Amino acid sequence: MIEIDSVTKIFTGRGAPFTALDDVSVTIRENEFFTLLGPSGCGKTTLLRVIAGFIDPTRGRVLLDGQDLLSLPPYRRPVNTVFQNYALFPHMTVAQNIAFGLEMQDRPRAEVSATVEEMLSLVRMTEMAGRKTSEISGGQQQRVALARALAPRPKVLLLDEPLSALDFKLRKEMQLELKRLQSETGITFVFVTHDQEEALTMSDRIAVMNAGEIRQFGGPRDIYDHPAERFVADFIGDTNFLDVTLLSSEGSTARVRLSSGSELDVRAPQADLPPGPATLAIRPEHAQITTPDTAPLRGVLSNIVYFGTDTHFHVELDAAGSFVLRRQNQPDQAQDWAIGDAVGVKVPPGVGQVLQD
Amino acid sequence: MTDVAPVTARRQARARWLLLVPALTVLVFAASGPLLIVLIYSFLTPGDYGGVLWEPSAQGWFSVVFERDFFTDELSLADAHLSIFWRSVKLSLMTAALAFIFGFPTAYFIATRPKEKRDLWMLLIIIPFWTNLLIRTFAIAELIRNEGTVNTLLITMGVIDEPIQMLFTEFAILLGMAYVYLPLMVLPIYASLERLDFSLVEAGYDLYATRWRVLRKVIFPLAKPGVIAGSILVFVPSLGAYVTPRVLGGGKQLMLGNLIELQFGQGRNWPLGAALSLTLLAIVMVALLFYVRAAGGEEGRHG
Ligand SMILES: Nc1ncnc2c1ncn2[C@@H]1O[C@H](COP(=O)(O)OP(=O)(O)O)[C@@H](O)[C@H]1O
Ligand SMILES: [Mg+2]
Repeated sequence: MIEIDSVTKIFTGRGAPFTALDDVSVTIRENEFFTLLGPSGCGKTTLLRVIAGFIDPTRGRVLLDGQDLLSLPPYRRPVNTVFQNYALFPHMTVAQNIAFGLEMQDRPRAEVSATVEEMLSLVRMTEMAGRKTSEISGGQQQRVALARALAPRPKVLLLDEPLSALDFKLRKEMQLELKRLQSETGITFVFVTHDQEEALTMSDRIAVMNAGEIRQFGGPRDIYDHPAERFVADFIGDTNFLDVTLLSSEGSTARVRLSSGSELDVRAPQADLPPGPATLAIRPEHAQITTPDTAPLRGVLSNIVYFGTDTHFHVELDAAGSFVLRRQNQPDQAQDWAIGDAVGVKVPPGVGQVLQD
Repeated sequence: MTDVAPVTARRQARARWLLLVPALTVLVFAASGPLLIVLIYSFLTPGDYGGVLWEPSAQGWFSVVFERDFFTDELSLADAHLSIFWRSVKLSLMTAALAFIFGFPTAYFIATRPKEKRDLWMLLIIIPFWTNLLIRTFAIAELIRNEGTVNTLLITMGVIDEPIQMLFTEFAILLGMAYVYLPLMVLPIYASLERLDFSLVEAGYDLYATRWRVLRKVIFPLAKPGVIAGSILVFVPSLGAYVTPRVLGGGKQLMLGNLIELQFGQGRNWPLGAALSLTLLAIVMVALLFYVRAAGGEEGRHG
């Protein structure tokens, strides 16, 4: 268990001081796949480097299983890193790279070679053991970097955007591979990415960061279905934002009036929101396209975009703004709507989320 | 279409040869030519007042390692020459080692400065190199002579009563050469350290290596090409050094360069001088061979 307690990092270079981490507190459970998700420059790497020991925070504490980490140099922390550029030692073979951490811990020779063998087969690189790191592909380097960091059996594995350099297909493959490695080894993974899809696919829990702060923290479903604020709703997945008036709220449900005049029951992220202007967030796949007569939102179909797995319908709303709907495709589905049709948008009760700005 | 490519390729090959002409000219006339003359001279007979007589003789080469007793005509090894060879090689190796001991930390320090400050530091290293060799050597002599800065300082501080004899010793030559050639060690090491990806150093720390072990297992192996190049760059000119051993060795501690000069000057034995020059060249070649093998092996393992 890692407890990150009010960690603040202020960089004081030659320019103005810059707050890269602003009072970050979060607890990472044992044996979980934990993801730091946020746009580039939000402080993810900085937080990871604080845990690894390459950056001293300005304030705050970091505890690993109750033990203070900050007083230990990087080489005494039971934490290993998979670097973004892999940082494999170019003067060593694949096997020597994997053995490095074990040798630095002065483990017995027999144990080192046994663990190296085990790691090589874990990442399916046994045939490549004798190769130089420059003689293997990017995906294979990735696996070696993983094996090297896993070999000393750290309590925590830190991964800084490890998949960002791989092409799409390989990335998908490695996502599953990483999940497998995490569950097979039982090591806590702290994974950094700016790719929301990757975060949703892989994580047990996600912390969404922005400008040095953790904005929301929870399971992938939680974060996707119940974004706490506009930034999170916008950053993760696609979202339609509608200006609404909040009429009343009770517990986790709220009643809002749309600009078309019709009223809807939606979810509220917290109880007792004050009535007044608010934003309603609705995921494209949560609304349905329908005929205009009964629908709470009406408009004209302005574009239809076919994506293979699903189709996006762009609707210019009569009231104001536009709305995107997503519908999963069925085999040989008939083309039921055409551009220019008057359509309605049906919102099933309880799918939208009201956000107070 | 099919024969266009070979014609172009041939034309390109010819153009490449043309580009090599200046370099080849210099090689033939400025390097091979004089070398050939030296080679020929080494097999001639010395003239009475210097120069050579055009009578073939192997005496020059013979004298490199052997000497004949003036009275008994007995043949023995030329101890004087051999001890000078030995001193030259020993002092040059030690110079390279000393330059490494001071040069590596210096290069590491500079390579870890912020980018915009590195050039300034490098400039500070190189400036002495632009100063006349003689002036730098006399500066060292001034520092270490019996009435010089170091001795005066030590005596005033009461550390010693009598000045330490440093000038005109092997130590003086070593010190002088290490100082003079230090930039030649710093430059290539800096070049390889500057290219070093410092995330590798972090990876080392991350994988439980202490500072010392990171230096030994990560930084040093990656700086090795620079270290080898620097050692050669220091070793080769040290071996043939003339000014430094002359000034700091005071004519007592001769090195190869001084011995060669002696044959062309007072000794009036040009064939021996020529043979000694070629011996020096041979030693350098052997050193370079080591370098090529070390560097080549490195390349091979890097793929
Ligand atoms: N050593 C540093 N000095 C000054 N600012 C820094 C330093 N390292 C990072 N920063 C700044 O801190 C912010 C967060 O950086 P980082 O943690 O690398 O972001 P992320 O990994 O989320 O993209 C960035 O705006 C970056 O410019
Ligand atoms: Mg980053």
